[in-house]
Amino acid sequence: MKRKNLIQKFWNYFLLFVTFIVVVFVLGIIIYVIIKGWPALSWEFITQKPAAGMREGGIFPAILGTLYLIIGTIIFSLPIGIFAAIYLNEYASKNRLTRIIRLSIVNVSGVPSVVFGLFGLGFFVIFLNFGKSILAGSLTLALLILPVIITATEEALKTVPNSYRQASLALGATKWQTITKITLPQALPGIITGSVIGIGRAAGETAPIIFTVAAFSQPNLPNSIFSQVMALPYHLFVLATQLPNAPEDMQWGTALVLLIMVLFFATIGTVVRTRSRLRRVNL
Amino acid sequence: MEKLKKSKKSKFRTFKAFLISRFIFINGIISIVVLGLILAFLVYNSIKFFSSYPFFSFITGTRWSPTVNEKFGFVPLMVGSLEVAFGAIIIAVPFSVGVAIYIGELAPRPVREILKPIIEVLATLPSVVLGFIGLKTIVPFIKNFFNLSIGLTALSGSIILAFMSMPTIISISEDAINAVPNRLRNASLALGANKWETTYKIVVPTASSGILAAIMLGLGRIIGETMAVLMITGNSPRIVFSWLQPVRTITATIAAEMGETVQGGLHYSALFAIGLILFLVTFLINFTSDRFVNRIRNL
Repeated sequence: MKRKNLIQKFWNYFLLFVTFIVVVFVLGIIIYVIIKGWPALSWEFITQKPAAGMREGGIFPAILGTLYLIIGTIIFSLPIGIFAAIYLNEYASKNRLTRIIRLSIVNVSGVPSVVFGLFGLGFFVIFLNFGKSILAGSLTLALLILPVIITATEEALKTVPNSYRQASLALGATKWQTITKITLPQALPGIITGSVIGIGRAAGETAPIIFTVAAFSQPNLPNSIFSQVMALPYHLFVLATQLPNAPEDMQWGTALVLLIMVLFFATIGTVVRTRSRLRRVNL
Repeated sequence: MEKLKKSKKSKFRTFKAFLISRFIFINGIISIVVLGLILAFLVYNSIKFFSSYPFFSFITGTRWSPTVNEKFGFVPLMVGSLEVAFGAIIIAVPFSVGVAIYIGELAPRPVREILKPIIEVLATLPSVVLGFIGLKTIVPFIKNFFNLSIGLTALSGSIILAFMSMPTIISISEDAINAVPNRLRNASLALGANKWETTYKIVVPTASSGILAAIMLGLGRIIGETMAVLMITGNSPRIVFSWLQPVRTITATIAAEMGETVQGGLHYSALFAIGLILFLVTFLINFTSDRFVNRIRNL
């Protein structure tokens, strides 16, 4: 009897220890990047163009490029993703087609990001002749995060009680009015959370943008959606592996700026979700 | 008169509802369209390679030297990918399943609420950042620890990929553990088993198919990962059976070489061909694990 509980205690502490290692690793990465990257961060670093073969100056074009890509990705992925989720939750019946759609979503989310890059190159850059451009890059990233947005939106729509819909329909509202005036507003926090998480992912992706938009060095700011731009993740890759003697602090600084951007989105997502969960409890 | 107006209005309404439902439907099937387009363009762009390069010497070829003498042997890349993936899974599974059991079954509620977001943060870290950190920390460590001339090895890649696959494996394993009905736990406890005995004799075996699916999805993530392996596995397309040597994975090959190819050329087409293989492999993995995941949902 005693031995049994001793074993239980052992495994409890052992698994706690294993978990502890993983947690230390995650927090360690973030703290390490902050410590190493902090000295490089300055107003010049984030507002200036690169100079001296990207070994001096700032990373402003890369930051701006990533922001453009984020905006483009939102424009292309958000409406389609939300409508797709509306279809699945509000319109689709339980038939074979719906099953195939769900299976496709799972599989699109499992497609390696570099394959998205290949597809973007073959389809957007060459076949549709967009060239290496913000347009091609945003479209590729939009397809990449589509499953995230669809799944999150559908989960959010599911949490809206059916009685709300019935009440609206009983008052004479059409199905569409019910969706736009009742269901979507109720599901908004969940939709925002999912979208923001997806966008954070798009902001950090490198492989899909290498062949579709990212420029090795493009200090001039883009003037149209057909311009190539620098992007933060690709710039970090270039500094770390492609550019001999790139200054250490610039590498860490770039990594930190990218990390801050990605964690910013993740935090928004978590905050919105937590707040809506609390509100639901209080309801 | 009044009646006529009304019916006209309602006709318009039904027409509008019809248009809306069509429009929504088109968006609804977008994921099928995307999946189909990806497959179509991978096939379309690799036709040239498959029609002009003998398939047998592609699949059994032991040398990948596209620029020097146009040799496209798949074996070195496959060995590289498998080696890195195998190492990563060996490292990732004990940690991930351990964490999942701890979070899902043993941890007190407040601890769980703190741990889950931390694991989610790991999932949001971009692979290029993890690759960069691996380059600055793991690579020199491996080099010094094993006294190698270069730290860019398969093992370095495996370690980083292990951590990248952990969020996937942990969260899906935890779902599987949570899906185990409480009556099974209660029955076990009522028979005098303590919490740990219940966990490893009842809960984990019941959740095992879900945990297996989680591991497979993690494997899919590992095989498809590009940037981190490109940065830290050394990029050497030779067949080596050691974790302490540089290797080159399928994904890294595509990312590293696409920039130097001639559009529409044989090399270009060859990269689409290995992309197609990658797509099919991950498709198979996801397809199979999805069936497992559905099974636990219906438990």
